[in-house]
Amino acid sequence: MKKLMTGNEAIARGAFEAGVHFASAYPGTPSTEILENVAQYKEIVAEWAPNEKVALEAVIGASIAGGRSLAAMKHVGVNVAADPLFTFSYTGVNGGSVLISADEPGMYSSQNEQDNRNYAKAAKIPMLEPSNSQEAKDMLVDAFDLSETYDSVVMVRMTTRVCHSKSLVELGERHAVEPRPYEPDLAKYVSVPANGRQRRHAVEARMNRLKDYTETSKWNHVVDNGAKIGVIASGMSYEFAWEALGETVDYLKLGFTNPLPKQMIADFCDNHDTVYVIEENDPYIEEFAMTLGKRVIGSELFPYTGEMTPDVIKRCVLGHETEGVDIHPELLVNRPPTFCSGCPHRGFFYELGKKRKKIIVAGDIGCYSLAVGEPYRMMEWLICMGAAYSTAHGAQRIIDMKDDDNRRLVAVMGDSTFFHTGINSLLNTIYNGGNTINIILDNRITGMTGQQDNPGSGFKLQEDDAAIGDIEAICRALGVNHVRSIDPNNLKLVKETINWALDLDETSVIITNWPCVLKKKFKEEDYAAYQDMWKTKDAVLEDKCTGCKACLRSGCPSLVFDPDKKKVRIDPNTCVGCDVCLQICPYDAIVKEETA
Amino acid sequence: MNQSIKLVGVGGQGTILAAKLISTALIQAGYDVKMSEIHGMSQRGGSVSSEIRYGDKVYSPVIEKGHADVIVAFEQMEAARYIDYLKPDGTLLLNDHKINSMLTLSGKQPYPQGIIETLSQQVKTVVLKGTKLAEQLGNAKAMNVIMVGALAQVMGLTDLDFAAAIRENVKPKYVDLNLKAFDIGLQHSLHS
Ligand SMILES: Cc1ncc(C[n+]2csc(CCOP(=O)(O)OP(=O)(O)O)c2C)c(N)n1
Repeated sequence: MKKLMTGNEAIARGAFEAGVHFASAYPGTPSTEILENVAQYKEIVAEWAPNEKVALEAVIGASIAGGRSLAAMKHVGVNVAADPLFTFSYTGVNGGSVLISADEPGMYSSQNEQDNRNYAKAAKIPMLEPSNSQEAKDMLVDAFDLSETYDSVVMVRMTTRVCHSKSLVELGERHAVEPRPYEPDLAKYVSVPANGRQRRHAVEARMNRLKDYTETSKWNHVVDNGAKIGVIASGMSYEFAWEALGETVDYLKLGFTNPLPKQMIADFCDNHDTVYVIEENDPYIEEFAMTLGKRVIGSELFPYTGEMTPDVIKRCVLGHETEGVDIHPELLVNRPPTFCSGCPHRGFFYELGKKRKKIIVAGDIGCYSLAVGEPYRMMEWLICMGAAYSTAHGAQRIIDMKDDDNRRLVAVMGDSTFFHTGINSLLNTIYNGGNTINIILDNRITGMTGQQDNPGSGFKLQEDDAAIGDIEAICRALGVNHVRSIDPNNLKLVKETINWALDLDETSVIITNWPCVLKKKFKEEDYAAYQDMWKTKDAVLEDKCTGCKACLRSGCPSLVFDPDKKKVRIDPNTCVGCDVCLQICPYDAIVKEETA
Repeated sequence: MNQSIKLVGVGGQGTILAAKLISTALIQAGYDVKMSEIHGMSQRGGSVSSEIRYGDKVYSPVIEKGHADVIVAFEQMEAARYIDYLKPDGTLLLNDHKINSMLTLSGKQPYPQGIIETLSQQVKTVVLKGTKLAEQLGNAKAMNVIMVGALAQVMGLTDLDFAAAIRENVKPKYVDLNLKAFDIGLQHSLHS
């Protein structure tokens, strides 16, 4: 049976067919749907981990104990998981183990464009690069066999287009395997230096054996169209190249890309007058070809950033510019991303905005990153997950050295980010006696990546109830004496609490606790805690509205300004009745709908 | 020859289901099909697009600028935003409907006027009051399937089994509604 599947769905199907026992991940675009789909197969235990390092470590444990195991993460997640990865390379596996890295050429939803093929090379582990969904599934199944044959974790490197585009997949059966027996093997798994030195040789021997394998791997092959020009490509670039150049060139399609096939590449170069290497992000294949003394055309011709879509290839190789229909810019207004109606981040940033002269806001990654935009402009840097508190602490140290600057650092991060790596950052501040103001925007969910559960949401990936991590208790346990939890939709309380923190000269924590409007699953205790949750909408009393636009500073998409009447109206289809605008209005023109 | 369809709209308008119906019907008819979407942040109200390519053998899932045979726009401003993806001799199938952006809501910028007039001078344009027709049918959300019906007409895909695709992809209680919506799209695109 053939089914149209995204690359991520195909990976999940591959995990099912390969008889995977255990899978763990932390969400991140474009990888998130892999675990969401794996979780649909009840034969596999699938879990969200608090971060990528923990996910990979759980997978390593599962492998040592004999299970087939899978970790999935976005490219920057591999940075977080790099420490266990590099040693997992040395220990090797018991049950087969695969790490999926989902890279983002073009940076559609990421802070950078790093090429994780470099990780496979640096960690000395085999790597596969699928070009479409069928290959994603088939390669995943094969990856587990390779992992067990060559005693190594295998990296499967995908990119946004491979993850998210759909193509047809021929489904197979599940090849159910029992977990392998576990026998202690201290020399293999206890990575003390004496063992590490021995394992270093095992790694070298493995990569040497793989140098033979890669020359004959079914994933590396030549497509002979009888042309004098050759193209070497891997991943989605291969599909893009076919689309752009068709049968006018020969192809060396590379699917197994660490180690690269030396002889195959050398022969292909020798057999063609001109050879292009078409790849996204870094010149990974190109530089290898050059070490073989071969002349190939790659980074000198193609852009160093973005996707190698067919139009890019046609422009670079053939000099073709596509003729399109002209855009009329005057017919367009942007649709900038904004906090949803009823987003609990809104009230907090509205009040924080009033302090902008006294503070510097250190940011982090999540929906609350949108506070960098209009109308809030409340974030001055953003580095990586968990960095808000630690960067704020360092910055405060320097600001405090300056006689003419007495601004305070306010660091903001979400609940999922707090559990990810924020706890360590906060520990640093409290341990070193810092005096920053640390905010946890606790909307009870991992919002930005599409409402995944996390250790504070009350639920697990495979649906059963979960323990709820008590953020306030965690902060106190770290040693923070000044912790307050507040409802961010109560503006007066938000204001008082920000003032309270500004008056302190010690580490403080404010937890704004209210669920994301898109959160779907609640427990009984949640209903009790958030009693008036979005029961009645808000409405404008037209005769009282003066058109002063004060409410629009909340940035709520449910507020509609009518330029003819010079009055604001609330869209009843989208308003959820969070009351933030109602509290802002200086003329009491906004009321609960039932009283309107 | 491969064909390329780009569906554009605003988050929540149902472009994804529409793309699913079209691709299901195409696969059933034996075509090779690829689709592409960029999933970004989950918040609502942003500009969204889905791409479908089909034929005997499809390589790229992505439609390049100037390469779409048809653009199905669920919203006026989105049609103007993506019109450069259309082939100069392609067809724009447009739902005559406006959705404000944050910037037009807050009165910072007006919603642009004259979109349909300008676009229909540039390219072959079929305009449908899809949202109105769906409201008359009793459910504004069915606009997406009305547009699928219109697309089937415009692309000459009326032989495909869209009814089966609808049955396969929508909840049983919405099947009848969507079958009707599809027929409305088929009929109305003839008269516009
Ligand atoms: C290392 C790393 N992993 C994953 C991501 C993807 N990512 C961006 S924001 C985010 C979650 C944010 O959730 P939370 O902190 O709860 O804030 P919310 O979006 O709910 O406001 C994730 C997983 C990333 N950018 N970096």
